[in-house]
Amino acid sequence: MHPIYLDHNATTPLRPEVLAAMLPYLQTHFGNPSSVHAIGRRAKQGLESAREQVAALIQSRATEILFTSGGTESNNLALNGVLRSARARGAHVVTTAIEHSSILEPLRALAHEGVSVALLPVNNEGQVEADVLAAALRPDTVLVSIGLANHEIGTIQSIAALSRITQERKVILHVDAVQAAGKVPVDVNVLGVDLLSLSAHKIYGPKGIGALYVRKGTKLTSLLYGGPQEREKRAGTENVAAAVGFGVAATLAAQELETNAAHYVFLANKLCDGILRRVPGARVNSPVKDCLPNTVNIGFSEATGEGLMMGLDLAGIAVSTGSACAAGSLEPSHVLLALGRDPEAAKSALRFSLGKDTTEADIDRVLDILPKVVERVRAAHSGPSNEE
Amino acid sequence: MEECQAQVLSSRPNEAGPRPSVPGPQPSPGEGRRVLAALSGGVDSAVAAALLVEAGYEVIAISMLLAGNAEGHDGGCCSIDDFQDARRVAEQLGIPYYVLNLKDAFRTRVMDVFTSEYLRGRTPNPCLLCNRDLKFDLLWQRARELDAHFVATGHYARVAYDQATNQYHLLRGIDQRKDQSYFLFTLSQLQLARTLFPVGRLTKGEVREKARTLGLKLAEKPESQDICFVPDGDYARFIEGRIATTKQQQVTSGAIVDEEGQVLGTHDGIHRFTVGQRRGLGIGGLAGPRYVTKIDAQSGRVSVGEKKQLMTRGLVASDVSWVNGPQGAEVLAEVKIRYRHPAIPARILLQGRGKAEVWFRQSYPAVTPGQAVVFYDGDQVLGGGWIEKAL
Repeated sequence: MHPIYLDHNATTPLRPEVLAAMLPYLQTHFGNPSSVHAIGRRAKQGLESAREQVAALIQSRATEILFTSGGTESNNLALNGVLRSARARGAHVVTTAIEHSSILEPLRALAHEGVSVALLPVNNEGQVEADVLAAALRPDTVLVSIGLANHEIGTIQSIAALSRITQERKVILHVDAVQAAGKVPVDVNVLGVDLLSLSAHKIYGPKGIGALYVRKGTKLTSLLYGGPQEREKRAGTENVAAAVGFGVAATLAAQELETNAAHYVFLANKLCDGILRRVPGARVNSPVKDCLPNTVNIGFSEATGEGLMMGLDLAGIAVSTGSACAAGSLEPSHVLLALGRDPEAAKSALRFSLGKDTTEADIDRVLDILPKVVERVRAAHSGPSNEE
Repeated sequence: MEECQAQVLSSRPNEAGPRPSVPGPQPSPGEGRRVLAALSGGVDSAVAAALLVEAGYEVIAISMLLAGNAEGHDGGCCSIDDFQDARRVAEQLGIPYYVLNLKDAFRTRVMDVFTSEYLRGRTPNPCLLCNRDLKFDLLWQRARELDAHFVATGHYARVAYDQATNQYHLLRGIDQRKDQSYFLFTLSQLQLARTLFPVGRLTKGEVREKARTLGLKLAEKPESQDICFVPDGDYARFIEGRIATTKQQQVTSGAIVDEEGQVLGTHDGIHRFTVGQRRGLGIGGLAGPRYVTKIDAQSGRVSVGEKKQLMTRGLVASDVSWVNGPQGAEVLAEVKIRYRHPAIPARILLQGRGKAEVWFRQSYPAVTPGQAVVFYDGDQVLGGGWIEKAL
């Protein structure tokens, strides 16, 4: 039986159209886009049309798109780029407790250098409330960074409401849209953001390429020096083939957004309802509304996410739980802890993230296998471990 | 030290037949049995897993993250490199691989106990604590979660099933120099019934040879010698670090005295001493070497003496347990009073409530409270207990 992949928030497979578009740029159009000759110009042409395609996904101008190595670099560049250039001593930055580690870890490092960091609490559905943000802003706040959609539970923030506050207070707003892009509409003008991170491999593009939208006029310091590439914000020869792939993936994602969203909603509802019906003690962690249509996070009392994930994996079903450390072991979810779940609940969650190729039959098979896995894991945890 | 997650395949009965109720013979690999095999990143556990795959078991490999964040944590058994080595073994064997996060349990059941034992003037053995209170229980719990019938480790020891008595026996590993049965005396009948030690029938040389034959890159990997969570061997600093973090206990400093009670110097904490220790006493100008003979946690007094004063005729053990059920009031056996120690003939006098006096046939030096005393009859582990004091 084919494996069932329900971990599309971690990564997605490369679309065939994307691969086909990339291949010529690995061999035929191999030039360095900075080269002046024809072969270089050909590569440059591919790079720049990809930039336009990515820009179109978020309704920005191509000149506002910087290619990076991925979402993590985009987030690092946004945070460090702003906080190092604007940094008066003790500059203040505001983010939330449920951000991805590529936001929280760079900020932890910056905090060691004297930046003061405020972690906003979220409500029990993962929403940042506007008045909480307003109250957290200080005269020395230079940057607010909030994820558009949460990677673990899928909560979509009301960025448009939050950006009214940051604009009024003249604070730069960075939004990590890595999980949102391709699943919900992302329009930088509607959202009112200054910086926005994207990643290709979450939208059926290649790994190793991402982008940072930088609204015209936003001051940003480069992290990499050594060349004039990417408007002197990111030195280094561009990953042309990957950028071309990203461009095609962005175009297709925009074209198929509505169709895919309807598909996700149908299957996610089926999955969610099916689990709640068949597994006693299951609790949905994802919010009821304002949630990524493809993301279902569910806690299973008296079980560990670790054991459930392993049991499903052995049955050919790939899901995820929490985040992994360097060694590959799982840590309790900081997102669920921030939602006010107790540590046991934070360890008992599974994230199902559907993809455009997920089928109803896949969901049926999960609904068949999951209850048995949950039952077995629960049985292993109840009663003395020495009992047969 | 025991190699972390080291382990045994024994002669298991293959007959089907009616199953005795508790615990019954182990099923044969031919029944498509699933095994959870612990991989440490070392050669022993890698070969153990490989032997199980060859024997026809369905093997799921796991590594246990016990200590550290696996970040900036070099050496020991939980470095990123070790997990990478283990992962590569699993890939090579074509079996699934997972890392279990057991940090919380390891901290409370092993590291905290290790710390408080030292602060009580004793010398704990963390591998014993880990096997007794953590590893086998949690592995079995994970095995049940995954519908596995056995856990397997790379320990040099063997399990044998006696059909006549429906009992499992714990035996030394074939390789006498590598034998790790000392670390396993607390395993219950139920635990033995579902535990496989595939390398117990091999010598270390054979294990390395097997690893080479399989083309395992870690065939020549050196053995871990230290406590896995104190890779630099400076356990005193580790304990002081734990105290600084938890702020729950404190060190007991005091005097260093000779056998007459005369003060020879002072020290910064009894956790820095072990009975039998010679180096680092900070006392000089004496004729001949001096050894720690006694540690008094109440007064903080560390007694030192000449080698002959270390000699003792026996010990008092607590929490005595028996692999094959309770024994008579008096048992003759060979006993090991620490891992690297020859088995010595002794008389064990049981005194109820898990206490026992162990009288050696002749005097031996340095009975160390906190270590285990393990009882043998030849190759067979009879049981053991925890050393409270010298007699």
